[in-house]
Amino acid sequence: MEPQLQGQVIRQLFFLIGATSVNSILLRKDLCSCRKGMLSSPHQNTPRHREILCFLVEMAAQPSDTLATLKTESETLKTKLEEERAKLHDVELHQVAEKIEALGQFVMKTRRALKGHGNKVLCLDWCKDKRRIVSSSQDGKVIVWDAFTTNKEHAVTMPCTWVMACAYAPSGCAVACGGLDNKCSVYPLSLDKNENLAAKKKSVAMHTNYLSACCFTNSDMQILTSSGDGTCALWDVESGQMLQSFHGHAADVLCLDLAPSETGNTFVSGGCDKKSCVWDMRTGQCVQSFETHESDINSVRYYPSGDAFASGSDDATCRLYDLRADREVAIYSKESIIFGASSVDFSLSGRLLFGGYNDYTINVWDVLKGTRVSILFGHENRVSTLRVSPDGTAFCSGSWDHTLRIWA
Amino acid sequence: MSTNNNIAQARKLVEQLRIEAGYERIKVSKAAADLMSYCEQHARSDPLLVGVPTSENPFKDKKPCIIL
Repeated sequence: MEPQLQGQVIRQLFFLIGATSVNSILLRKDLCSCRKGMLSSPHQNTPRHREILCFLVEMAAQPSDTLATLKTESETLKTKLEEERAKLHDVELHQVAEKIEALGQFVMKTRRALKGHGNKVLCLDWCKDKRRIVSSSQDGKVIVWDAFTTNKEHAVTMPCTWVMACAYAPSGCAVACGGLDNKCSVYPLSLDKNENLAAKKKSVAMHTNYLSACCFTNSDMQILTSSGDGTCALWDVESGQMLQSFHGHAADVLCLDLAPSETGNTFVSGGCDKKSCVWDMRTGQCVQSFETHESDINSVRYYPSGDAFASGSDDATCRLYDLRADREVAIYSKESIIFGASSVDFSLSGRLLFGGYNDYTINVWDVLKGTRVSILFGHENRVSTLRVSPDGTAFCSGSWDHTLRIWA
Repeated sequence: MSTNNNIAQARKLVEQLRIEAGYERIKVSKAAADLMSYCEQHARSDPLLVGVPTSENPFKDKKPCIIL
């Protein structure tokens, strides 16, 4: 039977049953002193009876109609969105980039290897002083390194394993980390090496599933987090209060990145629902979303100007999305690359895109031309995280082979 | 109950799509040109792109080794 017809039949039945039951209720002597049925007597048309009747009619009328119309409306809006985007797609980025010179040969080598983690390195972040790095690993350890000397400056043991997220505070005085404990904790770093950092720990964020990424906003006072529970949230570090929450992803949110400070209060997030969303931090609204990847998005990173962002995904591609054109403008892929990209970052000028892949390599892409300029070998297991230093002189990659490598 | 949830979700989706459909977009050619000009402007100050002399890069070892 046709679904529309089915809906009609169900509604009619519902109404009939509803009306009959109200009728019976009204005829019962203990509930109502009236003896005649509902529809027959004008005496029954009292406000209370009308209310009940109206309620039942509304309930019966609601289901199928509204859902169907909403569905058709969402379909038409989606096609309209695609049409609008397609209208402005007059040229490809690599076509416009044909006139610029190709990049020369790149020689990048491992300059430092940071060894000390007992298990897979999951996340890393640079300090604004361009020298210190914080990294977290599956064994629950969070280590702060001096990248020039490879010394370990601080080490904290988290009460959980799989510390999937860590971030350095802009002031350089604290680090935030979290993972399977569903929380984001902030540890102030002290100069006294003997002090037990774990004692000063401050729990800031509370999610209902694992913490996948965290990032300080422009000050030490606020933290942005994303979680396996499908939401992102902005927290005040001092009070632990949630200032804003961001709902919209249909599955785990795996990564986020804050827009460069000149461009304002937005951030981008990517998730297992293959979607990347751009959010307004003040209103909690998703302002743009992109769904062209074919698998989970593991990493998102803003282009240095803030007008675009790149994402790396399990579908073995990295893609560039321009925010003002509101569409994907480049795909970085090769037939020979079949393993997912776990982490991406831009060089300072935005001309190079570094991607860490699950096949143990790092591919360096020419952002404008869409070609690969270099492939770097060295890690002995998946590259799980990759960040370019704040002054652009080097980049650091962390891997499941327990080490971090600094390349320049 | 589940139908009410579905309706609420569908409504949210429609609201979201309405917001996105109303977004002000520019042409890809203009956006691409802007990305390119940003790259060109900052290319000279990008150490990984142009390379900095060994003496200035703290990660590249100088020969002979200097004891810190």
